[in-house]
Amino acid sequence: MTALIEARGLTVRHGGVAVLANVDFAIAPGEIVTVVGPNGSGKSTLIRALIGLAPAAEGSVHRRPGLRIGYVPQRLQVDAGLPMTVRRFLSLPRRVADRDAAAALARVGVADLGARQMAGLSGGQFQRVLLARALLSGPDILMLDEPTQGLDQPGVAGFYRLIEEVRAETRAAILMVSHDLHVVMSATDRVICLNGHVCCEGTPQVVTDAPEYRALFGLGTGGALALYRHQHDHDHDGDHGHGHDPAHPHHIHGPDCNHGAHDAG
Amino acid sequence: MLDDFLIRAGLAGVGLSLATGPLGSFVVWRRMAYFGDATAHAAILGVALSFASGLPLYAGTLIVALGMAATVSALAGRGHAMDTALGVLAHSALAFGLVAVSFLPNVRVDLSAYLFGDILAVSRADLLWVWGGALAVLALLVWRWQGLLTATVNEELAQAEGIDPRRERLALTLALALVVAVSIKIVGALLIAALLIIPAAAARGLSRSPEAMAVLAVALSMLAVLAGLQLSLRLDTPAGPSIVAAAACLFIVALPLARLRRG
Repeated sequence: MTALIEARGLTVRHGGVAVLANVDFAIAPGEIVTVVGPNGSGKSTLIRALIGLAPAAEGSVHRRPGLRIGYVPQRLQVDAGLPMTVRRFLSLPRRVADRDAAAALARVGVADLGARQMAGLSGGQFQRVLLARALLSGPDILMLDEPTQGLDQPGVAGFYRLIEEVRAETRAAILMVSHDLHVVMSATDRVICLNGHVCCEGTPQVVTDAPEYRALFGLGTGGALALYRHQHDHDHDGDHGHGHDPAHPHHIHGPDCNHGAHDAG
Repeated sequence: MLDDFLIRAGLAGVGLSLATGPLGSFVVWRRMAYFGDATAHAAILGVALSFASGLPLYAGTLIVALGMAATVSALAGRGHAMDTALGVLAHSALAFGLVAVSFLPNVRVDLSAYLFGDILAVSRADLLWVWGGALAVLALLVWRWQGLLTATVNEELAQAEGIDPRRERLALTLALALVVAVSIKIVGALLIAALLIIPAAAARGLSRSPEAMAVLAVALSMLAVLAGLQLSLRLDTPAGPSIVAAAACLFIVALPLARLRRG
């Protein structure tokens, strides 16, 4: 199976500083990849580089010809001075038929929001509308930049379940960026931990039945969340901003550090 | 019919409104009010340039307005503290313009006509300029409407769709310079920004979509022009300020109406 998007030795600089260095990345059709990392680790830059918005200083990005990308940007705010209904927003920049717009809104569970003003939506509603808009182009891959920012845990779980359903129906690949280092979407096939470079890569632990899981997430999240166990084989010298665990800012990443489970206990 | 100065004045104002309605809406949405001010104030410098060089008034004004708009755009792209930069540019351009005009030895210029407009003195040639400029701006905005709107909502989103936000910004900059150039005789350099912002702001509370707001802003702007002209005629008040005053009254009337709609 050929990759939808593949990056090799990707380096991206902002004003001479390398935000991403020598990153290899590939995502296959239908795959769900979650990129985690602390603030300023280059997660958004990676998405931007993969879409083609941030030029590669070194290395290459190859997108499958004709690839349709559904992009959900981070922190979008509609100015209160701009009157814009949800329905009108879905027709930016390409006009879509009313039937398709209604179907997309229903798909993400906000069927009755079409006539509402964008500026008056809650955070969760807004994310769903953005997702509906991204779905309208019939994407091969959805790219979501911190889509769950500002949502509470049941909200996050609900959004992850929605993404899972969308993936099951459309077979679109999902590339999601999250600042939560330890709790990821349980349907994730692969987690990539980024901090300027790829720190580690692996699969999340799905431990829905474990009592620790229940203690951590309660029953309301319905198994949509999973833990990710970092396997770092290197240390960031003096890089305290790395901040994998705010409770232990000076620790060294060992092969057996399992912050999530530790925090749970 | 065009022999009547009042008819010509009305036609000029109505034509200008076709451009200021939608453009003013973008100025409100993108928070470019100060940007409009800076471009408009620079027009006085353009007037001086025209008189000094013998260029037609509209050409001189357009060149300087374009230069100012381009300068401000470049600054915005580099992320300077915009309100300070614009404050410096806007008022310096106005001051330099006033100083430059005073240096012109042989021309006796009635500056107030350019500061506050002289819509009652609009000639047939002026009418052609105003309508030509306004229709060009309207056509530009209609042509790029979806891209402009997407870039206004979110630049990243626009970029991901293959829209270059810088190009859209340039289109608006161009449109703004053109509107400033053709409206300097109608409302004058000091009040152009008001004609852009006030009708659009009044339309905001009464509209549910960007298109409705732009169209309503055109209608309110036309109403303000005609009401201002009447005011000017009956009370012998200066025409430009009367038009802006009428627009301000419309804004105040629209406030409770907007609240009723929401409630």
